[in-house]
Amino acid sequence: MNFWNAISVGLKEIWAHKFRSFLTMLGIILGVSSLVAMSALVKGMEVGATEALIAVGGLQKLRIERGDVPIEQRHLQDQSRGLTMDDVYAIQAGATLVSKVSPEVRVPGATLSAKGKVTRPFICSGAWPVVLEQYEHEVEHGRMFNEVDDDQARSVCVIGTGIRDQLFGSPEEAGREINPIGETLTINGEAFTIVGMFKHYESEQQRKARELGIKQTFSRRSRDRGSFVYWLKNNTVYIPLNAAALKFTASPEGRSLGGGSTDPSSLTVSSIEVRLSDINQINEALQQVRNILFSTHKGIEDFSFRTQEDWADTIKAFIRNARMSGGTIAAISLLVGGIGIMNIMLASISGRVREIGLRKAIGATTADVFTQVIIESVVLALLGGLMGLVTAVGLVQLLGQLSPTENDPIISFTALLVAFCSSVVIGILAGLLPAFKAARLSPIMALRYE
Amino acid sequence: MALVEIRNVSKIYHLGGEEIRALDDVSVDIDGGEFISIIGPSGSGKSTLMQIAGCLDTPTRGTIKLDGAMIQDASPRQLAAIRNRKIGFVFQFFNLLPKLTVLQNVELPMVYGGASSSERRERAMQALKLVNLDNRTKHRPSQLSGGQQQRVAIARALVNDPKIIFADEPTGNLDSHTGELILQLFRQLSREGRTIILVTHDPEIAAITPRRIEIRDGKIADTVDATLAGLDRFPLQPTP
Repeated sequence: MNFWNAISVGLKEIWAHKFRSFLTMLGIILGVSSLVAMSALVKGMEVGATEALIAVGGLQKLRIERGDVPIEQRHLQDQSRGLTMDDVYAIQAGATLVSKVSPEVRVPGATLSAKGKVTRPFICSGAWPVVLEQYEHEVEHGRMFNEVDDDQARSVCVIGTGIRDQLFGSPEEAGREINPIGETLTINGEAFTIVGMFKHYESEQQRKARELGIKQTFSRRSRDRGSFVYWLKNNTVYIPLNAAALKFTASPEGRSLGGGSTDPSSLTVSSIEVRLSDINQINEALQQVRNILFSTHKGIEDFSFRTQEDWADTIKAFIRNARMSGGTIAAISLLVGGIGIMNIMLASISGRVREIGLRKAIGATTADVFTQVIIESVVLALLGGLMGLVTAVGLVQLLGQLSPTENDPIISFTALLVAFCSSVVIGILAGLLPAFKAARLSPIMALRYE
Repeated sequence: MALVEIRNVSKIYHLGGEEIRALDDVSVDIDGGEFISIIGPSGSGKSTLMQIAGCLDTPTRGTIKLDGAMIQDASPRQLAAIRNRKIGFVFQFFNLLPKLTVLQNVELPMVYGGASSSERRERAMQALKLVNLDNRTKHRPSQLSGGQQQRVAIARALVNDPKIIFADEPTGNLDSHTGELILQLFRQLSREGRTIILVTHDPEIAAITPRRIEIRDGKIADTVDATLAGLDRFPLQPTP
């Protein structure tokens, strides 16, 4: 008996008991479809989270901020001078594992106004033009300010679309694109000319929701961290570093241009953004930067690092947990499906004792009978698996339809393959015992069986 | 040389510590082309003899030579191959597979023998023609009468052109008229030169065969008790 014959016999047997076979397959169908749907959901979340992570500069970006001096160095606190341009130049010169460095001078309590409207941006900083790459910004209208603007401390700025929406009106409300290039806005009373505007940042899901015409209220509270990232990127204003230093750092805190000195390297900066050349050397790079800062800070640890790793770890842990729990549920329903198949195969064998005896009498070997039962069980599981895949695709689409603003579930080929293969394996395992029982039947006993 | 040489064959079962000799030192020769009946009451061991000669079972002791090959020590796999190629079985309850058509039922032995589908079809049609059922190929067994079903079973037994055909109470489940037709079919097959072994408890049926072996208590009875079996009323027919 060849393989194809065995398959066709199996199919006939299944077709002869359509309803029974379908009920048997249901376990496998549920198992396979839940496995695929679960992995698609998790994959969707993962992609959404990764998207947001990349939008803030990815894992390769880390930020150096002023930190508290540790207890054992408290007596040296008066010698701490915070982060200065000295540090920036030192890192630029000495840290070989760092590819980009950019300082930032935050404008404290920035209030923007134009045409009688007022808004408070999330980020308002003086920066180098390289900040564009540090935060993965893209200028859509106008231009980024350049080194010449910075050198001459020109009063120019680049804004995000969120600022534009607040001060000049949003294109959704106006029904047309609003391009504020060339307009003037004031930052804490100082006039700045808008020379560029970033593109509108949004997650894939927000884009989809917008295209679907679903109105979303962009209130800060109701957002998860993923879309918050896009919100803050849109509510950003950058001005040249020197312009910020010149106009806004003569604050009451006294953090001025080195106490009246004209040395630009002693300019205090709020933070330093560093991009690593190789993500795999994050610890080495951190140590390198730390060593440099220890030397410029005379050994006082008045700085700290902030990486995206914690966030990435949280995402990973969440994804792992979701995958584990979903996988367990799917595995249990596959197991139940397998038991169902074994049960029905055993029943089918005892109903076909005479048939098996007859087949043996006319020349079927033990192996022939064994293969036939195994193949029947595998065909059952396989059909269940295929139906499960179809169901899974439908299920995933349904989930996508029900909540279009959530992360889109993504069906991966691997998930389909794994689900399908596990249904085959279940079929083989479930068929083993019935196949042994059938193959061991003696033809004499089987033919005498009434 | 005989087609089947059974020498000192015993089959012993152990049931609850008790030894049961289903066959006790039986020796029989059957020549090619013979039409022979094995007769005996139920429990006499006639079915056991048929099963051992038909390679469905192995003897506890003794030797069997079938078509020149010793088979008493053959593996189950070899026995399956011998059953497939050299032996055809006809059973009391027909044992057709209800889900298959008549043609598919007849093709079944060739499925295990490994013939191509076109060859299977051709030979199955020939066998069905022999039993005069070539117009019922697409029917299911349940759509046929008992006699027709048994003829399908005979076609299935013939399809691999076996050396021997074993018929175990082939008329036991048929009315006497239909049974008579089936027996006529066997007689015709015998005239065509086939070796047929008819196993029955019924002396009237055994009467149609030129040679009879009576089994009693696992042994071959010395002589066939014609009067006891009622065989005196059926004169032996000349061998064709």
